[in-house]
Amino acid sequence: MEGTAVLGRVTWRTATVVGLRDETASARTLALAMNDWPGHIAGQHVDVRLTAADGYSAVRSYSIASAPSTDGHIEITVERLPNGEVSPYLTEQVLLGDELELRGPIGRWFVWTPEQVGPIQLVAGGSGIVPLMAMIRSRESAGSNAPFRLLYSVRGPEAIFYHDELQALSGERDSLLVTYAYTRVTPKDWPRPAGRIDAERMANDSWPPELRPSMYVCGPTSFVEHTTELLIAAGHNREKIRTERFGATGETK
Amino acid sequence: MAIISRGFTGRHGASEAKLPPGQYLTTDFPVLSAGPTPRISLDRWEFTIDDGNSVLKRWDWKSFRELPTENITVDLHCVTRWSKLGTAWEGVSLDVLLADVKTDLRYAMFRSYGDYITNLALKDVRNKQAWIAFKYDGVDLEPEHGGPARLLVPHLYLWKSAKWIKGIRLMPEDRPGFWESLGYHIYGDPWKEQRYSDE
Repeated sequence: MEGTAVLGRVTWRTATVVGLRDETASARTLALAMNDWPGHIAGQHVDVRLTAADGYSAVRSYSIASAPSTDGHIEITVERLPNGEVSPYLTEQVLLGDELELRGPIGRWFVWTPEQVGPIQLVAGGSGIVPLMAMIRSRESAGSNAPFRLLYSVRGPEAIFYHDELQALSGERDSLLVTYAYTRVTPKDWPRPAGRIDAERMANDSWPPELRPSMYVCGPTSFVEHTTELLIAAGHNREKIRTERFGATGETK
Repeated sequence: MAIISRGFTGRHGASEAKLPPGQYLTTDFPVLSAGPTPRISLDRWEFTIDDGNSVLKRWDWKSFRELPTENITVDLHCVTRWSKLGTAWEGVSLDVLLADVKTDLRYAMFRSYGDYITNLALKDVRNKQAWIAFKYDGVDLEPEHGGPARLLVPHLYLWKSAKWIKGIRLMPEDRPGFWESLGYHIYGDPWKEQRYSDE
């Protein structure tokens, strides 16, 4: 067993696809089973390797969406990128029972563990929800009472991942608050117009700086740049903000 | 050994041959940072070299920009697997900055605004291998990409090329920096695929 611990994260393992679930029109959750998974903490990611018949292989990293567990199962949620090499395969071609190669868990910075009892502010842009959902699920499965707040920015109602589960968990043990921000299309009768998060919305929908929350911000680069600026301008301590960005900057050529 | 992914063909780009193992080509410029982007005004900016006891060299923005610069075109390899080829920068060579630093110390911790640190051996930043870059593609470096100035050490994974650089602390022995303490490789050679601490 000690050998397993040393081999650890960098060993490629065989994972069997045991569940497939569409989250949105372009995102799908894959449940994966392994018999030698060492366990993970919320916020970590895995590398997934696909290999073509001629030996060509491609590797991409995906955040784990599921709570830590000891049964060798994890879930990842993959958003299909328009010109992606790996994501179209994982969201459209993979079938139940297929085997994938996977290694991890990776990352010890953008993580939350139930030992952290202080208030937590989560800010998600689009598929940036995935590692934050692992934190929410970890809080739930551990029975943690850490006050959690999620501000989740999406293009429209159809783009929300994990909608029903978030609805069910929202208000659980009266300290998980979920707020949506719609950037393009709002649900009917939504009280605010669609638009990106501004200072007022951030102030209304996040813990005040006086509570000194730990903050986790994940999303496209421009979203993370924008929302972390708002948090700092609102008086939050930049040392309390951890970020995970994906994609290119909008402004740079 | 590898499991064949039924129906997966992938993209066999001709350019893949130029890439380190496990990397894919991007024409974007993705951003990876552990926290918010610091905004540093040029009148507050300074760059220092110290040995842990005393400051050996100090530049403010004006004196730094009076140093001779070089235009360099290099390939970037990020541990998150994207590579970007032929990026054009302007910067000051570490050979210039370290020219009259007399020291027996062999390692350095590169320090950034925002408290990021990363470790490098001096032999990896001397001899035309590293620069403090302040222009990308002919324009001032944007804060998201490390402006006003960042380290550029293109022969190692990009996390070694510390953004928002503010100084170098010389050290007698190698010690892990920020990502190196969090499971990433102490050295980070992309051609040997040294991504994580146990490979």
